[in-house]
Amino acid sequence: MGYVAVKGGIEAIENACRLFAWERSKGASEPLAVEQIREQLYLAVDRVMGEGSLYAPDLAALALKQAAGDSFEASFMLRAYRATQPRIGYSLPGNTREMRIKRRISSAFKDIPGGQMLGATSDYTLRLLDFDLLKDDTARREAFRETVFNALPINAEIPDTLPKVIDILRHEGLLENAVDLASNDEPFDITRQSVIFPAPRSAALQSLARGETGGLLTLAYSSMRGYGNIHPTLGELRVGYVPLQISHPVTGEPYTVGEVKVTEAEVLARFDGSDGMPRFSLGYGLCFGQNELKAISMAVLDRTTRAEKPSCPAEDQEYVLYHTDGIEAMGFSNHWKLPHYVDFLSDLDRLRKAQSIAQQEECHADA
Amino acid sequence: MQMHEWLEQEDLLRKKGDSIVGGYPYGFMDDGAKKDIRRSILKAVAIPGYQVPYGSREMPIARGWGTGGIQITLSLITPDDILKVIDQGCDGSVNAVNIKKFIQAVADVQITNDTLAATVVQTRHRIPEEAMSAGQILVLQVPYPEALREVEASEAETRRMHAEADYSRMWLYLYEDIVNYGEITISYRYPVTVNGRYIMDPSPIPRWDVPKLHMAETLFLFGAGREKRIYAIPPHTTVEPLEFEDHTFRVEDFSGKSCARCGATDTFLDEVIENAGGDRVHYCSDSGYCDKRSA
Amino acid sequence: MEPLIRIRGLSKRFGNGCNRCLSATGPEFETNMCPHCGSVVACNDVSFDLFKNEALGIVGESGSGKSTLVRLLHFEWDATDGSMEIQRNAGLDTMPELFADGDLYSRNLLGLSPFQKRQVRNALMGIVYQNPFLGLRMNVSSGGNIAERLLGAGWRNIGKMRKRAAELLEKTEIPLDRMDEPPKNFSGGMQQRVQIAKALSNNPLILYLDEVTTGLDLSVQARVLDLIRTLQSEYKLSLLVVSHDLGVINLLCQRTMVMKYGRVVEAGLTDQILQDPQHKYTQLLVASQL
Repeated sequence: MGYVAVKGGIEAIENACRLFAWERSKGASEPLAVEQIREQLYLAVDRVMGEGSLYAPDLAALALKQAAGDSFEASFMLRAYRATQPRIGYSLPGNTREMRIKRRISSAFKDIPGGQMLGATSDYTLRLLDFDLLKDDTARREAFRETVFNALPINAEIPDTLPKVIDILRHEGLLENAVDLASNDEPFDITRQSVIFPAPRSAALQSLARGETGGLLTLAYSSMRGYGNIHPTLGELRVGYVPLQISHPVTGEPYTVGEVKVTEAEVLARFDGSDGMPRFSLGYGLCFGQNELKAISMAVLDRTTRAEKPSCPAEDQEYVLYHTDGIEAMGFSNHWKLPHYVDFLSDLDRLRKAQSIAQQEECHADA
Repeated sequence: MQMHEWLEQEDLLRKKGDSIVGGYPYGFMDDGAKKDIRRSILKAVAIPGYQVPYGSREMPIARGWGTGGIQITLSLITPDDILKVIDQGCDGSVNAVNIKKFIQAVADVQITNDTLAATVVQTRHRIPEEAMSAGQILVLQVPYPEALREVEASEAETRRMHAEADYSRMWLYLYEDIVNYGEITISYRYPVTVNGRYIMDPSPIPRWDVPKLHMAETLFLFGAGREKRIYAIPPHTTVEPLEFEDHTFRVEDFSGKSCARCGATDTFLDEVIENAGGDRVHYCSDSGYCDKRSA
Repeated sequence: MEPLIRIRGLSKRFGNGCNRCLSATGPEFETNMCPHCGSVVACNDVSFDLFKNEALGIVGESGSGKSTLVRLLHFEWDATDGSMEIQRNAGLDTMPELFADGDLYSRNLLGLSPFQKRQVRNALMGIVYQNPFLGLRMNVSSGGNIAERLLGAGWRNIGKMRKRAAELLEKTEIPLDRMDEPPKNFSGGMQQRVQIAKALSNNPLILYLDEVTTGLDLSVQARVLDLIRTLQSEYKLSLLVVSHDLGVINLLCQRTMVMKYGRVVEAGLTDQILQDPQHKYTQLLVASQL
């Protein structure tokens, strides 16, 4: 056997990359348009925007196409793209009370001012495969649209704003007061500064907001299931569009630059205040797009990580924030595929030495 | 479409197009980010061995694949630089190739395999055999920047331990190793004391390379992208492996072995399984150096 | 004779506090929690001297602030107020910055940086807790537990450290063949003796004993107390003995302070306090225990 120089590396890598592109192109079907992904796989797009922490539906759809549907890879591309963009400024604090609502429910009360709005949800669908979808085509879609719209009352009105459940509870003294954040303070920016623990809440919420859905879910679930004692009530869950404002560079006046689709979750859990008065405390979750599982998990973890003395992983802020970033976890877990033969040789050297010491001791014992 | 047709088309497109990563700024990151990283590097140089937290940016290469080293290299590099990238000592290793491909595409630098010709060398898990000089920088990729992680999981706590030079638990770990196994079992990532103050993780280099860090001519920069830390060993700084008076630090033992290609007996050797019977043969891990000696 | 350490006005409050905390807590109010703001005044305005080779007892029930005092003086918690000064001694020769020129006493040790506090603690202090889990690493060998303190003090020779550990374990009556075993395998009494060996490893001037015999069988208690007395005279230690048990205080201490709800209510020679208690709380304590 000759010299193992791995000098064929360059060509092999290039071919592997091309082969990957080939795999998704080789089939007989029509190429998938980015527009189709954005419209028809919108929940995947939403998830990628959230974990990639960039609100860009077209780019997220492109990333999904390029990654052959792998949400980790797609989010990763979006984040890497984000790193190349200059930071022009920070938006003004958004107000979700002004949300253009698509969906809004509360499980704390049977009815709430403004009403429960189920909106578009898969919650109540039967999880039966719909074989009719195999024959999906434009004509069928048009027929479906007609049945939907014909059944709707023409002049149904949706109010511009809806009161929040937590505002009502807070007004009655049942919920802890909101933390008073000076609105002109620049937020902690986790993409510019490394988080040091204990992390300020703004840093913690940012980290959670771009956390990986499955990771957040696992930890939040562990707390609700028994490793921890947070038994949350979903005060309110909202999905909709929030206006985004920046301060006008010349006049300083607030200026609306657009709107983003977000999911917001507010969970309530009991907590004894420092003044001895028991109240509810709030766990808050907010993420890009429609991703209810993530927003709820985030809200639960926001609440659990405020424990003074962590008694389980979900209550330990450092544990939660360090281990829920999907991009970081994915990269590191994949890196074990890289060559490690130098380290391994060093390991072998120590192991052989330890074995020889052990053998000597055995001989000693025998003698 | 048949695969060969698709490949032909692809080749045509490539020949026509510019760089594969068009639409990105020089050095990939925006200027603000590069400045930020350079400031962190300066701080790291000013406090040898101290881990400076910094706002690590996402690279288009995965976390854990050298993004800390890449960010340092990209923040420093100019078109006049000559870059060498190695992984496990080898210029042609898959990861090294991938990183070179990326940096070349966004920074348009000249690439070399010759350690002495490079202005910047980025490495994973090795330090080149040839002694580097004052004009050069060695950038090391770091998976675990925290040398104390073995004995303490919490980052808040290890930062306190460093601040107070509270290192007895680390030393205790070594003491227990000796009591249990007759000697220190740490193989690579061997902890060192820098400038008599901070205990530092030298990245997963073998013990063989640790002495090269001591009182060197070259600036060593360490980047941990996923863990968001940068640290440094400036030239002419003491770097001492943790050891006891009666249990001293030892490098890997290659006595009686030599490189089957260039015959070297004074280099770190890769052990290669030659056949199914398990026979072993050894080659220099530093492929650039081996090439030079064989030429 | 000048005292080894001087403690003046030592106070510790948990919580934000208000201007009525001090006037609404203490023995006369039967509480250490401020009814106005909910803060806890764990100890307030405690002053005393500790002399070389002296054993000073602090007695009181749980919540009296006696363990808080030890945590403050061992630099585990930060005091809200007060000072601790130490007489110049050979153990601090490497830290000349602690002493102004020619001064016999150091500056306030409670105001030092965490790094300096650690150095002072490594040079001068040892502690034995009621709960051996606080003082020992249960999964590390007993010898390693002792070595940890030596390593902290800069020892870098395995052979010498093992020799020193063996000496101390012998003194505290731990069989040497169990030196490389972790304390989790040991009985409560043995764990306490390993803790004492660890506390003595750096040749401390001051040894804090926080309810060291609580929870041990009576016969084991007697053995541990006997050991402490022997070691005190052999190593010329100054002891600060915290206990709710007047018997322990009586056996070890020449002087005693009585604490209740964070305040010192009585202090003096142990014999006098036991025979002629002045404060009604002390009278109750003596009557109930002896």
